[in-house]
This record gives sequence, C-alpha cells and structure tokens, in this order.
Amino acid sequence: MKTTTAILAALGLSLCATTAMAKDLHVLNWKGYGADEPFATKAFEKMTGDKVVNDFFNSEQEMLTKLRTNPGLYDVVMINAAFMQQALDEKLVQPIDTATIENYGDIDDAKAKSKMLNVDGKTYGVPWTWGLTTIAINDKAFDTPPTSIKEMWKPEHKGRVTIRDDAVEAVQLGALATGQNINDIEDMDAVKKSLADLLPNIRTFWSSENDWNQMVASNQIDLGTYWSGSAGRAKVKFKLPVSLAVPKEGAVGWLDTFAIPKGSKNVEGAEKFINYMLSPEFYTEWDETVGAPVSASNKAVAALPADSFNRKVMGAPEIAERVQFQEPITDEQREEYLKLWQSLKVGAN
Amino acid sequence: MAAGAIPSNDTDRKETTPMAASGAMKQNGLRKALPLLLPAYAWLTLAIFLPLSAMVYFSLLTSMSPSEQSSSLTLANYATFFSDPLYATLLLRSLKLGLLVTLICVLIGFPAAYVLAKIFKGRAREAIFLLVILPFWSNSLVRVFSWSMVLREGGILDTALNAILPFHVTFDLMYSFPAVVIGLVHSYLPYMVLTCYLSLQAIDDALIEAARSLGATRFTTLRRVVAPLALPGVLAGSALIFIPVVGSFMEPRILGGRTGTLYGTVIEDQFTAVYNWPLGAALSFILLAVVLVILLVSAPVLRKAA
Repeated sequence: MKTTTAILAALGLSLCATTAMAKDLHVLNWKGYGADEPFATKAFEKMTGDKVVNDFFNSEQEMLTKLRTNPGLYDVVMINAAFMQQALDEKLVQPIDTATIENYGDIDDAKAKSKMLNVDGKTYGVPWTWGLTTIAINDKAFDTPPTSIKEMWKPEHKGRVTIRDDAVEAVQLGALATGQNINDIEDMDAVKKSLADLLPNIRTFWSSENDWNQMVASNQIDLGTYWSGSAGRAKVKFKLPVSLAVPKEGAVGWLDTFAIPKGSKNVEGAEKFINYMLSPEFYTEWDETVGAPVSASNKAVAALPADSFNRKVMGAPEIAERVQFQEPITDEQREEYLKLWQSLKVGAN
Repeated sequence: MAAGAIPSNDTDRKETTPMAASGAMKQNGLRKALPLLLPAYAWLTLAIFLPLSAMVYFSLLTSMSPSEQSSSLTLANYATFFSDPLYATLLLRSLKLGLLVTLICVLIGFPAAYVLAKIFKGRAREAIFLLVILPFWSNSLVRVFSWSMVLREGGILDTALNAILPFHVTFDLMYSFPAVVIGLVHSYLPYMVLTCYLSLQAIDDALIEAARSLGATRFTTLRRVVAPLALPGVLAGSALIFIPVVGSFMEPRILGGRTGTLYGTVIEDQFTAVYNWPLGAALSFILLAVVLVILLVSAPVLRKAA
C-alpha cells in the first residue's frame, strides 16, 4: 500500500512539474563545455523558467549531422566559427536579432563583426569564447621560455615533443613554422618538409588534455602544441609546471559561437540563453569553478580577478598581435591534409 | 525484425508435424532443424549481413555529405587503394604485425595449454584456467592503458628493474613497436590458450603412453603424436588472433605513439576524423578480401599438414 501511494504521489508530482514547466530549451554543445554546468542550467531555469535540455557532440561533423537529421529539435547550437560557412550553405541556422541580446554590445568588436559570422548584413553567430592552439612548455625543461616555434625542431628536444594527432592542426603548425598564413597555404611542400623534420622529435601524439598533463607530470616531454585553456587549467587547477609560450611566428586562434538552428521552437528562450552565456556572472563562476577559455565579451573578461590566466596571459597585447584566426576548411582540403599527415606518419618509421 | 522471427518459428513447427507423418525423411530433418537454426540466422542477418551490405553501399558512394545531391555510385574509393602506395605499405605492415603477434601467441599459448590439459588436474587446473580467462573480465581499453603505466620510463617495470639491478638502466618501451606487440599479445593470448587446450584435452592419454612405451622420446612424441592432433586448435586460435590483429587500431594508437600508424588506424581516421565513410568502408572491404584470400590460400596447405 505504502509503495502504491508513493508511486501515485510521484506520478502526481511529475505531472505537476510538466504542467508548471514553461518551455524546454534544447542546447547542443560539447560535453562539459560551460552550457551544461549544473550551476548554469539551474540559474537559467530560475531566471526564465525554461528548462535546459543538453545534448552533446564529439566532433564538428557530428554536430552538423545532428542538425541535419533533427530539424526543429535544437534551439541553441555551439558552432566553431570555421564551421559556420558549412552550416549556412546547408541552411541549418537562422539569422539572430542581436538587439534582443543585451550583452551583445560587450563583445569584442573585431569578433562580433567577423565575416565568418555575418553574411549579407545578417548575424548568424554570436561570439562566445575564443582560445589558441599554440605551444605550451614544461617549465622544468626551460630556464627562459622559448620565443620561437622553431624550438620544437631543435635536436636537444629529440623524443621530448608532442603534438596532437590531427591533420589540420599539424598542417597549420607547419604553415606557421614556414612563415605562411594558416588560411592560405601556398607552399605545401615546405609544410610537408618541415613536418617531416619535426617527426623524429615527437615522442607521441596526444589526443586529450589528460594525455598532455600526464606526460608533463611524469616529465616525459619538454614542449608541444596545446590549447590555451587547457594549459591554463593544467597550471591553475592541477598545479602542473606548464606555461603557455606563444611564439613570435604566430598562433592558431579559434572562435566558438552560439547560433540558433532553423526551425527552433523557442527562439526567445534561445536569445535569453545566449545572453546569459555572455554575462559576467556566468563567466566568472565558470572560470572559477571549472576553468574556462577566454570569453568573447570584454565585460565578462574584465570581471575576472586581475591575475587570472584569461586576463593576464591571454589578454596580453602580443597575443592579440600574433593570433591568426582559423577560417573555414573545405572537405577536400581536410582530406588532402589527412593524406599528407598520414603519409608523413608512415614515412617516419 | 527479431521479434517477427519468433512467430514464424511457431508456424514452421506446426507445419512440421503433418509433414513428418507423410514420411519425407530428409526434408523432415531440415524442417526440424529450421526452428533451431532460425534465431541464429535471423541474428546474423540483422547484426552482420545488413550493416555489411550498408557498408558495401557506402563504399561505392562518391560522397556522404547530404548537401551534395550529386552523390553517385563509383569505384573510385577502391581505386584509391591501388593508386596510392601509402595504403599498400600500411596493409603490409599490419599483416606482418598480425603474423608476429600470432606466432608469439602460439609460442606462449601452446605450452601453457599443454600444461593445463595434460599435467594439471582437478583444482589446480581450475585455478589456472580461471587465471587465463580472468583478463577477459576487464575492459580491453583499461588493460591497454595499464600497460602504459608499466612500460614507460619511470613506470613500474623501469622502477622495478632499477631497484634490483646494481647498475642503472633506462627502460622505456612506451610508444614503440614492441609496446604494440606486447599489448596485442596480452589481449589475444587467451584465445590461443583456450583453443589449444580444447584440442589437447581431446587427445587420449593412452596415445601418448603408447608412443612413450614404443620408445619415442618426449620430443618425438610431441612432434609425431601431440602436435598433429592439436593442430586444428592451433589453427583455429591463429585465425581468431590474426584477423582482428590485422585490423587493430586501439592498441597501436595508444601504445605505438608515432610508430602506431597502421591500416586499422587509417580506416578509423576516415570514419572519425574526416567523415569520409566511403573511403573507410572501401579500405575495410579490401582488408576483408585480403584476409579471405590469405585464409583460402593457406587452407589446402594447412589441411595437408593436418
């Protein structure tokens, strides 16, 4: 009897919950990337009454596939700016009325006006966070941090360098090392040669943040390519001897944005959600509790403590000078890069 | 589909009874076997045949992207394999790895199986048997990662060796070809032990005793009596090991470092990194064809040997 009443009560409760619920807001993003933080979804629900339903992808290709195969399901999607072109070509996203997003004005001007996000006078992506794919060093291996990307090629680091097993990142690294624009690589042979020279120095390829941090913790590497946010987390959160060393040749920048998929059933909620994601309240808590990349909102970054990684290191003027933001890559280019990368890896043995 | 298969079994059974009375003996046997076979075949159709046919279709497509409506059928993906020496080099390397791992598994697994089947009895056998299958109870990914703790510089093996030896050695096998071989042998050895054990256990001890009493040395007995009778088990184990090792990608990726690029990892890249399923599927079918050819060519030779 007791269990029956309990079940009935539970049923009644859940029924009440569904009727009381204003609306669902379906968000598509990487797992563990801000939007699904429990504190954030709770605060947003309290603020608007909309319930956040998170869904995740493991690669940009998967994100696009999910948008294609579930039209009308998602209300907010996190898209890397370099993939916006493809989403637009396939008509997967709709224009955003930036006037409804209060915090839009705080976004760094250059990023908000990026050609990748604004097409024919309409805005399709709201910049959210950005970061670098650049070099990080094991502090134990250097008395003074290196200033050139060429450090990775030096013979004294033989077997002590790591890069990510990713064809695009590898090719872009080669482009930077040979003084080329990462978005317009003219001399592919030079890239190939420079990567072939680098391979003997490589200890292994990393695939996750954990790989990188473990190799530093067990002192197996001197330096390697890394993501700026990850390097910050390794230093601040895990107390590892890791420092970011943005080389004078430049660094690859990426820009993550929020978009509203075509057919969204809760556009109003989506606009509110994007607004909240850009707010200093959300950003400071995210950076403090988990560790975040750099917010695209100047106001949000300014709300961080002055000595924080995202303000002190990432806000340094030389970083802004050196960053080359990654632009769209076609499928053909991607396949060409992969082939080059694979043949290099095979030839290296 | 699986649910649909069950009622059809019932109708088969009902029809079988009048047929049996009519006395069509041979057909009757097949009819009776049908309900027993059907679940297995329905499952095979559902779980293997359908996905494989879908993959055959993918391997013939020009593109997977739905934005390009012009996607049409082509053999270009198969041609890629032959036009670029990269893939053949990788396949050869994977085949060599498969042979090496299989050979090591025979060398380690056969003696172990012999001891299990012929020397240990009762409780001891059960205990050792349990130890052989124990690794199967843990996730293979966990096992591979645990090797990385053992093999790296400053890892368990390195520390242990330096604690025992009077001089200093640097023992670092991590991210090398030997590390891949060690990981794969560890993963697949139980198959060899189990198949060898089954065929060794079936050998009548009296045969071995007869050989010994007729004056054969231990080695001759092994060579002339035990080995030929156990050969089917060794072959079954070898096939079970060789085929997955040739296509392996997880162990090389984790343990091999930059030497870990193999045929399997390249297929994986096509599926996960560049979303080029057609090429990935085509490469998989070429692997399937090569493995089938190897098995077909070796079958008569091995049958003669057996």
